[in-house]
Amino acid sequence: MTQSVLEIRGLEKSFRMHHLDNQLHAFSGIDLELSQGEFVLLKGANGVGKSTMLRTIYRTYLPVAGEVIFHSARGRIDLARAADIDVALLRAEEIGFVTQFLVARPRVAAEEIVAEPLILSGKSRQEAIEKARHWLNVFGVKEKLWRAYPTTFSGGEQQKVNLARALILPRRLLLLDEPTASLDVGARSALVNRLGELKAEGVAMIGVFHHPGDVQELIDRTIDLSVETKPRDMEPLNVAV
Amino acid sequence: MIAPENVKLAAPQFVTTPPVLTMRNMAKVYGDVVAVDNVDVTAYRGEVLGIVGESGSGKSTLLRMMNLEEQPDHGNYKLDIKKDIDNLFELDRFAQRQIQSRHIGIVYQNPHQGLLMKHSSSGNVAERLLIAGERSFAVLREKASDALASSEFPLTRMDAPPIELSGGMQQRVQLAKAIALEPELLLLDEPTTGLDVSVQALVLDTLKRLQQQRKITMVIVSHDLGVIRTMADRVMVMKSGKVVEQGLVDQVFQDPQHPYTQQLVHAKL
Repeated sequence: MTQSVLEIRGLEKSFRMHHLDNQLHAFSGIDLELSQGEFVLLKGANGVGKSTMLRTIYRTYLPVAGEVIFHSARGRIDLARAADIDVALLRAEEIGFVTQFLVARPRVAAEEIVAEPLILSGKSRQEAIEKARHWLNVFGVKEKLWRAYPTTFSGGEQQKVNLARALILPRRLLLLDEPTASLDVGARSALVNRLGELKAEGVAMIGVFHHPGDVQELIDRTIDLSVETKPRDMEPLNVAV
Repeated sequence: MIAPENVKLAAPQFVTTPPVLTMRNMAKVYGDVVAVDNVDVTAYRGEVLGIVGESGSGKSTLLRMMNLEEQPDHGNYKLDIKKDIDNLFELDRFAQRQIQSRHIGIVYQNPHQGLLMKHSSSGNVAERLLIAGERSFAVLREKASDALASSEFPLTRMDAPPIELSGGMQQRVQLAKAIALEPELLLLDEPTTGLDVSVQALVLDTLKRLQQQRKITMVIVSHDLGVIRTMADRVMVMKSGKVVEQGLVDQVFQDPQHPYTQQLVHAKL
């Protein structure tokens, strides 16, 4: 029997905008289960809350209500209410978030950025850099750029660095926020191959893709958020702070 | 509907090691001004805790208390390295200095505060080692040069006094001095304010690298949100001596809950 990785029940998110004295409703009543090696595609029109949902699971956004039960290698934990330090630990070890945007530190070389998760997980610097170069090569970043600072790279090159970093370490759960946007054909197929490998290794994934056709062969289930959630709406903010 | 700030997060479940630093109910009043108003701080091993807030919010006072430079009006301060001492503020000044010099490193915004500007850079670092009882000249020089090298300071200039160095180099000397005794806790008070942008990036990179290699617990105070976003894992937002919000750095910056944090984040260029 495949093991459950994530159980989401009644998840709800809204944003409080104090300067407008309003709150913006994003979604509510989301239920979802995800098992090892399963790939779930989130779909729905722009603004329906697909990326918001990924960020709420990752705890970049604080859920307003509901549970996000994650079956970690360390045990069961509700990500919606977990202590910040536990979430930070799980992000370092088990939960990955892949976006189209690179968060690069200035004056840090591309290969260093990619190698960092491996070094933090305890691998030797040399081994980590070798693996980083391998993945930079797979995603099509030219060798002459490996020692350069990605802050100066084109959008597509930055994204390749970002993907190499995000996928260098197998995770238990991967959240994919439009990782194929602005990638060329070669990098896109390298990404799909890598996601396929990770899926075969048992990594569970939830993804938002602008062109779902890119990952068609990996999709086990599709969830349409336009059906699952009510439309975004503004509500008056009447909670004392 | 439940408001997020009314939702209490659980106690740590997986991180079961005791925090490196625990402060409870810290308070300090200067005349009519409440600088720090019943603040709690917890920092875990190997994490970077950022503290942001406008000038006068109490963030630097809090950092000085962590460095045992400032005695609070009341409050409890415990370091894991001194498990048997329940409150470091109850120790006499001599015992506090011992802990401060051996277990806590600090980098100030102004190098004049942390360095003897006319003594050699290596001498400034060696001073720390002397306090810890090291007396052999050869060992002092070797350890000082190791600390300077780890701070990415060019060793060809190790005998130059800080007064002859650039701002970025002076900060590296402060950093070398701060890490010379391999402290459990490294405190940074606006470490890159006043440096030009390219030097700022180099100093931050050095700090991050050192922190990752040595798994030091770091507390960094800055009014620059970009510095905190680059460096910190968790962040506390202070206003008028109080902590108005705290959380994971991406959450506080992308989904701020408190009106003041929303103002602060939206005001960033």
